[in-house]
Amino acid sequence: MKVLLLRTCLIALFATVGACSNNPQLEPQAADYPEPVFTPEQILPPEHADLTAVYDPWENMNKHIYNFNYEFDKAIYLPVVRGYKAVVPSFARTGATNFFRNLGDVTTMFNSVLQLAPTKFFQSTGRVIVNTTFGLFGLLDIASKMEIPRPVEDFGQTLGRWGVGQGPYLVIPFLGPSNLRDGAGLLPDFYVASVATEVMLSNEFRIGATILYPINARAINGFRYYENGSAFEYEMMRWLYSTKRKLDVIE
Amino acid sequence: MTIKKSTQARFLGLCAALFVSLTCASVVTVENYKYPITDRFAATVVGTPVEFQAKLPETIPLKERSITIFPDRVTPDVFFYGKELLYSVALQESAAPLIFIIAGTGGSHNGTTNKNMAKAFYQAGFHVVSTSSPTYNNFVIAASKTGVVGHSERDAEDIYRVFEMIWAELKQDIQVTSFNVTGPSLGGFNAAYVSKLDEERKLFNFQRVLLINPPVSLYNSISILDRMTQDIPGGVDNFDRFANRLLNAYASTYKGATPGSDDNFLYQAYKTLDLKDEQLAALIGTSFRLSSSTLAFTSDVMADFGYIKPRGLPLNRYSNLQIYNDVAVRLGFTDYYFDFFYPFYKKEYPDKTQYEFIADISLKTIEDYLRNTKKITVMHNFDDVILEPGEINFFSEVFGDRATIYPYGGHIGNINYIDNVAHMIATFNKVEPQP
Repeated sequence: MKVLLLRTCLIALFATVGACSNNPQLEPQAADYPEPVFTPEQILPPEHADLTAVYDPWENMNKHIYNFNYEFDKAIYLPVVRGYKAVVPSFARTGATNFFRNLGDVTTMFNSVLQLAPTKFFQSTGRVIVNTTFGLFGLLDIASKMEIPRPVEDFGQTLGRWGVGQGPYLVIPFLGPSNLRDGAGLLPDFYVASVATEVMLSNEFRIGATILYPINARAINGFRYYENGSAFEYEMMRWLYSTKRKLDVIE
Repeated sequence: MTIKKSTQARFLGLCAALFVSLTCASVVTVENYKYPITDRFAATVVGTPVEFQAKLPETIPLKERSITIFPDRVTPDVFFYGKELLYSVALQESAAPLIFIIAGTGGSHNGTTNKNMAKAFYQAGFHVVSTSSPTYNNFVIAASKTGVVGHSERDAEDIYRVFEMIWAELKQDIQVTSFNVTGPSLGGFNAAYVSKLDEERKLFNFQRVLLINPPVSLYNSISILDRMTQDIPGGVDNFDRFANRLLNAYASTYKGATPGSDDNFLYQAYKTLDLKDEQLAALIGTSFRLSSSTLAFTSDVMADFGYIKPRGLPLNRYSNLQIYNDVAVRLGFTDYYFDFFYPFYKKEYPDKTQYEFIADISLKTIEDYLRNTKKITVMHNFDDVILEPGEINFFSEVFGDRATIYPYGGHIGNINYIDNVAHMIATFNKVEPQP
């Protein structure tokens, strides 16, 4: 059943992405239509800095994936999350969130070492030790009650720390806004987190955690597609994501 | 400096109190009003600090719903997500009065202001129906008949149609003892025109109508807001840099929760940066510009007018929109009125010049109605930033003691303040219906 669902999703995804290899010549061009009242040539100052420009050479593909993610969100993801919230009591959901945050602290530990950032390393290590032991494998977030700060460092930021640029903007299927650097960075982070789960959990629990992870991630994210009132949502999200990541690396 | 400023503000407030009392509106004096922010720009941006807010329930059963307004409408693919109009309701189990809330400029049915008002009214025992502003992207796409909004009577007709259709869906499920309508800012302006329309249509026979910080002349107010972008350091040519700085500040405070939601944009940015009055004004202008640019583009696509998008050029959900965004944020709402709105409607009003036409979009146009209609009341602030100097007197002159003018609060800044929430509730709780 699960495999079937996954396969259906993948087929739908490839169908949408496949559709973007259209010949761009067939797209209607603005130049073939009468000039509007205000044209970019009139309004934009020469050499203007684009307000929200982000390097996005794969925009057409990205927009198809963005749209796929929206459809997936509407048809499957949000309904599953609604069911999860209806069935699982709030304290258990908080436990799940804490558990995955604890795994996140493990990847922060690992990345702090790679970034040669001792303070962040000691903070995240302290958090992992406290929460894994006293906090029952991370289900309770005792470290936050003890006011140990929680830095968040992923492999994308580690690459950024050593001067790797964001590269082209990339919308990742199911996950959403990213870029080439951060997208590639998911793999080492995922590896670290899965080693940590192997150490902490038995097989059955690991399968449970794998299923729960994306549900929890969506449940704690308040974002809803096309509800922010902007006619330029893709452009806005692209800009927000890339600006936030710039700041994450500086911080 | 701070002392001087607050003394100045106090003095202004006192003058306000004196002046307005001469014209016999209900004036709330400075002494009796403890809303803490006396700077009109800061109040507009920051709103009401939590400790001064009315106690409202954490959650209420506010449900989002959607409705198809024009079944035959072919929505352009670029706005495929906006086919149905979204709104929200919180319904009582027993018979209760119903209140419609119309959001302000660019505001949505589930924006912070509407949500807080919904909580206050639901808690006080009302059925609540919250709708987006006619200037909100989803409303323009799904519920505006022409797609070109900002026209007082036509917007009122659009809103009335929406109310009517929502009520048709609700009436099987709830018992309603009376209908009422309110709205902040442009929503208040809309509410006045909706009330007037209801006198002809007589479907709701509204019992009470509360206008909260409405503009008098829409054109005056948008001109003020457009001019605020000139307070940008280095002038309007530096809009990019300023906006980038603000958006940077905003992005730095956004931690994955509802990015891009406009509701807290101003507050988040304000908290991050230490801003002076001119910058606060620039910030208000910028936020308004983000709404008005989306509105202009959305209307342009819906009416296929050829304002910034070439007429006839089809856009779909995969089209590159960056260039339209770049152009739209550089145009003011006044440009929209002169170069799109007026040319679009002028054939219907051949006798009027563009200035006359635009000047008519004002509460002054329906002054006689407002003067003689006892069910309509006003809650406003003496220091509201969207009014021209002296415009506040319109309310005391026309509404007399049905207008309550608070000394501070800027534009809508005090709407969550404990006294103002109590005022809103009391307005609709008065039992005796007035003709």
